[in-house]
Amino acid sequence: MTQKILAAAAGLDKVEAGQLIEAKLDLVLGNDITSPVAIHEMDKMKVQGVFDKDKIALVPDHFVPNKDIKSAEHCKCVREFAKKHEITNYFEVGEMGIEHALLPEKGLTVAGDVIIGADSHTCTYGALGAFSTGVGSTDMAAGMATGKAWFKVPSAIRFHLVGKPAKWVSGKDVILHIIGMIGVDGALYQSMEFVGEGISYLSMDDRFTIANMAIEAGGKNGIFPVDEKAEAYMREHSSRPYKIYTADEDAVYEAEYTIDLSALRPTIAFPHLPENTHTIDEIKEDIAIDQVVIGSCTNGRLEDLRTAAEVLQGRHVAKGMRCIVIPATQSIYMQAMEEGLLKTFLQAGAVVSTPTCGPCLGGYMGILAEGERCVSTTNRNFVGRMGHVNSEVYLASPAVAAASAVLGKIASPKQLEA
Amino acid sequence: MNVKGTVFKYGDNVDTDVIIPARYLNSSDPGELAAHCMEDIDKDFIKKVKKGDLIVARKNFGCGSSREHAPIAIKAAGVSCVIAETFARIFYRNAINIGLPIIECPEAAAGIEAGDEVEVDFDSGIIRNLTRGTTFKGQAFPEFMQKIIACGGLIPYINSKE
Repeated sequence: MTQKILAAAAGLDKVEAGQLIEAKLDLVLGNDITSPVAIHEMDKMKVQGVFDKDKIALVPDHFVPNKDIKSAEHCKCVREFAKKHEITNYFEVGEMGIEHALLPEKGLTVAGDVIIGADSHTCTYGALGAFSTGVGSTDMAAGMATGKAWFKVPSAIRFHLVGKPAKWVSGKDVILHIIGMIGVDGALYQSMEFVGEGISYLSMDDRFTIANMAIEAGGKNGIFPVDEKAEAYMREHSSRPYKIYTADEDAVYEAEYTIDLSALRPTIAFPHLPENTHTIDEIKEDIAIDQVVIGSCTNGRLEDLRTAAEVLQGRHVAKGMRCIVIPATQSIYMQAMEEGLLKTFLQAGAVVSTPTCGPCLGGYMGILAEGERCVSTTNRNFVGRMGHVNSEVYLASPAVAAASAVLGKIASPKQLEA
Repeated sequence: MNVKGTVFKYGDNVDTDVIIPARYLNSSDPGELAAHCMEDIDKDFIKKVKKGDLIVARKNFGCGSSREHAPIAIKAAGVSCVIAETFARIFYRNAINIGLPIIECPEAAAGIEAGDEVEVDFDSGIIRNLTRGTTFKGQAFPEFMQKIIACGGLIPYINSKE
């Protein structure tokens, strides 16, 4: 699938793994951390102006609302660039959201697109059948100026998803299971293609979560076939035409795996790598925690909040626990308010933040002190990721995170029912 | 083009969060970033590193975030070349784009230790461990990559062509 999209964007009939191509871009994305570096690079270029003001998305989301003076200067730099070049898709505080939740919601990413973003989780849009991958600021600058980028065509690994996941097993558990199985470089330079009837049991939010963490296995992109659910999502959110590519019967894969979704259990990645996975049943001793974060480009979508609220409804977070909930976009925030989810969170003793990447990368809004432990629905648990170099992050689904907040230790929702 | 220096050695999966922690990403100034380079994995790195020194690591160096600040910090710290068994793909691209020489060479990654004196010839891809008297063959840099590095990055290279 990936190869077909890249061939079309490069104006070629066919491409092969390893081939170097130059492809036309449908969207170039940047945030408040990566865009200033790209803008600075663009200033150095002899080319002035952007290739298409409608095909660039600038989303200040990492450190906004501005966390300090330096962040404010970065945001100002992005804001002024957007104004100068009349960038259509610049999203100010009040309309912004976490980029990878926001862009699909705004209809800017559809099947068949080729998208680069100066953020590693740009691979999220593969959930809609797009080719999208993370790059650095210089590539972003060249992309904004020329509308093109060079790629080495990746080979592919195929994951057959079969069966129906049990209650409390989500897209997060699927991708953590896969990363635990193949390792953090298991898909290095490769495309991760998800196929099989099991996909029909996964919501779009589940699929965004899975594609989002392809990078955590080293993948260049993650991609799903476009089914009725994906088409319905695109019709609801976008007026742009989309193009569906399907894999050939005889497509070549470097490796193939079958994953029985019905056999998966809530899965947690222990410090300090996303591949250090354990199922909830394998945890024999209590792991006491200090903080829970529910949010991020991985798990800050409406369904994630609904799941967390279902667990927290009528319950209260443990004494001394900090539980931080971060709806990923303004629209998710609004919907969560209308559905009463925010009230459930507040009654349970959680706090609710405006959309921000904040704590996920140790920016602000929930930094860990020395020796503290956090269960987080985010995507990375590297050393020092959320704060002090001697703090610990356990990656999990919203259901596990919410149950852990209530019990003050890593736990599944089933333990609450017991 | 040749570089020579003392080696700082690291293991598998050195991620961009330890290369340059996100708490410092409110700056994009190379000097400020360099001051915190490798802080969460080796707090003495920045005190000890000298211009021309090398980093050698095992597999998947630079995994994680797309922050170009990571290779920028390493380059601004004075590091002349990073050798690893494998690199994470975004880091690989970013390093070339900002003009930080990197070489994939599993044998060198295994056969070079911290403190070794190492010399690298980019034209031939030859890596010499002067301390141990061993030699490894990494991939030679194609001409365009050498030019990108000589120009100091992709953008100056593009400008130089026009």
